[in-house]
Amino acid sequence: MRYDLDFAAPLAHWPELLVGAATTLGLSVTATVLGFGLGVACALARTGRSAAAARAAGAYVEAIRNTPLLVQIFIIYFGLASVGIKLGVFTAAVMALVVNVGAYTAEIVRAGIESVPRSQLEAAQCLALGRWHVLRHVVLPPAIERVWPALTSQYVLLMLASSITSQISTEELTAIANRVQSDTFRSVETYLIVAAAYLLLSLLMRVLFWGVGSVAFPRRRRLGTPL
Amino acid sequence: MTVLTHQQLLFLLRGFGWTIVLSLLAFAGGGVLGFVLALTRVYAARPLRTLAMLYIKLIQGTPLLILLFLTYFGLPALGLIVDPLVAAAFGLSVYVSAYLGEIWRGSLEAVPRTQEEAALCLALNWRQRLAHVILPQAVKIATPPTVGFMVQIVKNTSLASAIGFVEMVRAGQMINNATFRPFIVFVLIAALYFALCYPLSVWSRRLERQFDVAHR
Amino acid sequence: MSPIVEVEAVCKRFGTVPVLEGVSFQVQPGSVVAIIGRSGSGKSTALRCIDRLETIDAGRIRVCGHDLTAPKVDVDRLHRDVGIVFQSYNLFPHLTAEENVMLAPRLVLKLPRAEQRELAARVLSQVGLADKAQSYPSQLSGGQQQRVAIARSLAMTPQLMLFDEITSALDPELTGEVLKVIEGLARNGMSMILVTHEMAFARKVADHVIFMHRSKVWEEGPAAVLDAPRTEELRQFLGNGL
Repeated sequence: MRYDLDFAAPLAHWPELLVGAATTLGLSVTATVLGFGLGVACALARTGRSAAAARAAGAYVEAIRNTPLLVQIFIIYFGLASVGIKLGVFTAAVMALVVNVGAYTAEIVRAGIESVPRSQLEAAQCLALGRWHVLRHVVLPPAIERVWPALTSQYVLLMLASSITSQISTEELTAIANRVQSDTFRSVETYLIVAAAYLLLSLLMRVLFWGVGSVAFPRRRRLGTPL
Repeated sequence: MTVLTHQQLLFLLRGFGWTIVLSLLAFAGGGVLGFVLALTRVYAARPLRTLAMLYIKLIQGTPLLILLFLTYFGLPALGLIVDPLVAAAFGLSVYVSAYLGEIWRGSLEAVPRTQEEAALCLALNWRQRLAHVILPQAVKIATPPTVGFMVQIVKNTSLASAIGFVEMVRAGQMINNATFRPFIVFVLIAALYFALCYPLSVWSRRLERQFDVAHR
Repeated sequence: MSPIVEVEAVCKRFGTVPVLEGVSFQVQPGSVVAIIGRSGSGKSTALRCIDRLETIDAGRIRVCGHDLTAPKVDVDRLHRDVGIVFQSYNLFPHLTAEENVMLAPRLVLKLPRAEQRELAARVLSQVGLADKAQSYPSQLSGGQQQRVAIARSLAMTPQLMLFDEITSALDPELTGEVLKVIEGLARNGMSMILVTHEMAFARKVADHVIFMHRSKVWEEGPAAVLDAPRTEELRQFLGNGL
């Protein structure tokens, strides 16, 4: 039985681990931004006028939410390669994460859109605002402000889920951890250190989101109250 | 296009069976621990409540894959010889316990305070209040999100493949190594997951709607 | 001069329930018309039909030169010519008072920023809220929010203003400030239709009063009709106060 925990050995690999953490952050932020765009587009499709677009977006959301991320990653990386589309691991990882988080974002943003009272739309229409202006200035800003906490949680979960991309050898934190633990034979210590690193990254992401929220939602910054 | 051989298909379905078994094990293990956590967070003394909260926050802030690696390497370090199934079931149970604990804590706290008061004023002791007044109502509130979370459990069993347990994804990887038809294999696997998860998702949404109507 | 609003034999039903049955009336430019009646008499629906928030099943409506029953109605133009203020103000909660007022001039009239600001300052002064320009709706009282809503509609320089029971959601002590603004608009010659419960105010400000009862125009006339009702129903309505 191994009583002695040796953290020094894996900690000595901190430069590698730091690079891994940076890659995780890079993957997550990229996927967050792109996934947000995709999710908003889908939410608009689902609440919009075209029934066909709504159905298509709905099918996409259900397909993603009812299948594991790991399988989605394999389909995008190995599956596409076998039909001739060869992607690098980072690209495939980002794609899979974007497609995945886009579906969850769509559901959250859709709830936000549906929470804007019809009377707001009426008032905007009576001011002669066109459809696009109503969406851009009257519906989406309060909708997204209202679901910002839910979105923040979702993107932190995304960052944690990025660990799964280690399974296609993306050089993010978990993949580096696997290498370090096999080099040092200190598996438990390595993974404990990395778990702590993920906790720190979660905190960092939450702070980042709070910051973006303060800039994007001046009302919230000034008044401090929820919409 | 080569279709999978009979044997390969059976192998995949065996993996599918193990996916279901692992899901049930994780739900059972995680459910028991989660229930204890929920009760602790609502009824126990402050230090225990804080401990439970820290446990939940820690587990929820760790990627499941890391948790699985920790159990896979950690349990043997404690002198226990574990096979992938046990490690996977253990790791998943810990993961599930944190999430179910939170969901069920919310459900307990959602039972109106007035119910507890009424039961108290009828001279029921704590165990009786819990068993006959609080829990029956909490269970009703907890059912939609719990069913919804079962979908997460099923999907998360896919990560057990990373520690060598032969559930559906691992089976798929092995078949892929023999056939080199990843697109067909993994799309088929996705379809099988969908067949398992989609009904649960629909059921969860229906339960939520029924619950909303009943409580308007 | 031709009327600014012509409602001719308008009928409308919600499902099987008739809401407007053969309603006809006219509004002359520069005049103030008050529509009164019990809840369910059809008065709010009539008002909403004039701004095309509801469509009619029969009859004709002409507003500011637009024929609302024509196959192609320029709805955007209509909304620029007609301003409407709602009972629940419907201010955009994520924008300040000034931003609420500037939004449509910015996007629809495409005014440059300096002009937007000037316009906002002017209409907010008109409603007595120049100092609240940077406040958010949640920081304003009901009466103040309603006045911002009026300013928001005024910023589009409409020819006709519609008011749908704008004081009904306000505490009594706040209605005075809103009614004062309406009075000011009337003095400046704005054509207005007010659906209201405030009888004293209608008596004071309206040129013409329309009493609606059971989906029909039951009685109408100059404001003096409120002192000398001809029909029994109007007498009862006034007697009960609401």
